[in-house]
Amino acid sequence: MSTDPRFDGPGPDAVYALNLADGRFTIQRCGSCGHHQFPPALVCRSCGNASPGFIQASGRGTVYSTTTIRAKEGAHNVSIIELAEGPRLMSTVRGIDPEAVSIGLEVQSSIAEDEQVREARRYVVFLPVTGEA
Amino acid sequence: MRAKGNDRAVIVGAGNTKRWDAPGRSAFDQLQEAVILALEDCGLQLRDVDGLFCALSSSGLPTLNVAERLGIRPRHADGTMVGGASFLFQLQSAVAALEAHLCDVALICYGSNQRSAGGKLVSMPDPQPYEQPYRPLYPLSSYALAAARHMFEYGTTREQLAHVAVAARQWAMLNPAAMMREPLTVEEVLASRMISDPLTKMDCCLVTDGGAALVLTRADRARDLKQPPINVLGTGVAISHRQIAAMPDLTTTAAVQSSAAAYRMAGLGPKDIGHVMVYDAFTITTILFLEDLGFCPKGEAGAFVESGAIAPGGSLPVNTNGGGLSCNHPGMYGLFTLLESVEQLRGTAGERQVKNLDVSLAHANGGVLSSQATAILGSPSTL
Repeated sequence: MSTDPRFDGPGPDAVYALNLADGRFTIQRCGSCGHHQFPPALVCRSCGNASPGFIQASGRGTVYSTTTIRAKEGAHNVSIIELAEGPRLMSTVRGIDPEAVSIGLEVQSSIAEDEQVREARRYVVFLPVTGEA
Repeated sequence: MRAKGNDRAVIVGAGNTKRWDAPGRSAFDQLQEAVILALEDCGLQLRDVDGLFCALSSSGLPTLNVAERLGIRPRHADGTMVGGASFLFQLQSAVAALEAHLCDVALICYGSNQRSAGGKLVSMPDPQPYEQPYRPLYPLSSYALAAARHMFEYGTTREQLAHVAVAARQWAMLNPAAMMREPLTVEEVLASRMISDPLTKMDCCLVTDGGAALVLTRADRARDLKQPPINVLGTGVAISHRQIAAMPDLTTTAAVQSSAAAYRMAGLGPKDIGHVMVYDAFTITTILFLEDLGFCPKGEAGAFVESGAIAPGGSLPVNTNGGGLSCNHPGMYGLFTLLESVEQLRGTAGERQVKNLDVSLAHANGGVLSSQATAILGSPSTL
């Protein structure tokens, strides 16, 4: 039995993590319909085409919704960011007081790595876009 | 197409342990007690049960565990797990299975000891690697994000959210089985501890133990049983996402689709509904579902609730048991919405009884606004 070569190599979650480890924030773009998506999957969630490819994300986005979590060890922000390409993802906005993060705020991605994350793998955070940026 | 006459699936038995804080009892103990109560309620026996439907937060193979404990050998089973809405998904499956004669007596059951076992909401292990680095409170922060967006788009206020909690408490004060029966004010909700903006502790459901069960059979068999049969007029289910960031629109849930299917099956619309149960895991969910089930235009449920419409004496009785906010919330509350609808339609709800009631709607939610299921139930006179 031969396997289908379209699905050879690491799966989409692994490709995303490898790209991130390489310092690149990537999302998928369907070669068939042009739909952008995140998180990655083996299918295009818009047209159903198999195995959409990865592209570098612009990293530009806006805050779609936001909450400040009041933990004992301090407050931290959790936001849903809508990327310029369309997909949304959960993330956090840094470089600003958590409570100052507001819906509609323009943000730019950055890749973070810190001890707060158990797996110590890289992950995408966002910073406010300032006038000079 | 639904069956008519003798072949129509009806609800005949209901069991509710009403044990919200019961140390020393396992989730299976709660479930079994509810099953015994439901079977005694209708006069059927365990040996009559040949269709088993259940979901548990504490077991990945609930139908196997429950069948073994109850000593039953079901010929039809469904352990659909979509969070708190599971039991309304299973209701739809049970109705279909009964009307297709895949089983003759269907048992839908649930038990939890999450309060006495640790006091935290128990969730099935289901890692979310694209959320985990950001340390959201699960599931609270997901609902907070939906609330924040609803406030941004429609001007919904924290005061309006607080009115949801107050209305639930006012109903709970009429329900001797409700866990929280002390008076509650909007000011107290607003002043309670902020956990994940804009939701405070009092915007969140209780963490309780509990067990619930429903027994269904076909109308011909129901005739000889102890309780008048409750008609399942319509059901509908929908799934839209798993993670909150994947929800297509944070202000509109898939309850739009599940309720459209249920209304279509029942041949009814929102104006025909005399009593409503919605899964109030958080105050925002009541707001979202009042809109998505068609009781208010989108964006207007905040003002509707603030007007006193859903509280005792209002135009639309909602969550008359006190809801997940003030009656009980054992982790997956969905089955309790059906139990209260059945009690109201039987006319046995005591002080909180809705007068002249013929049609009740129960709606349940699962995950993080992820799964939605609507059931429209009718009094025996609708059969």
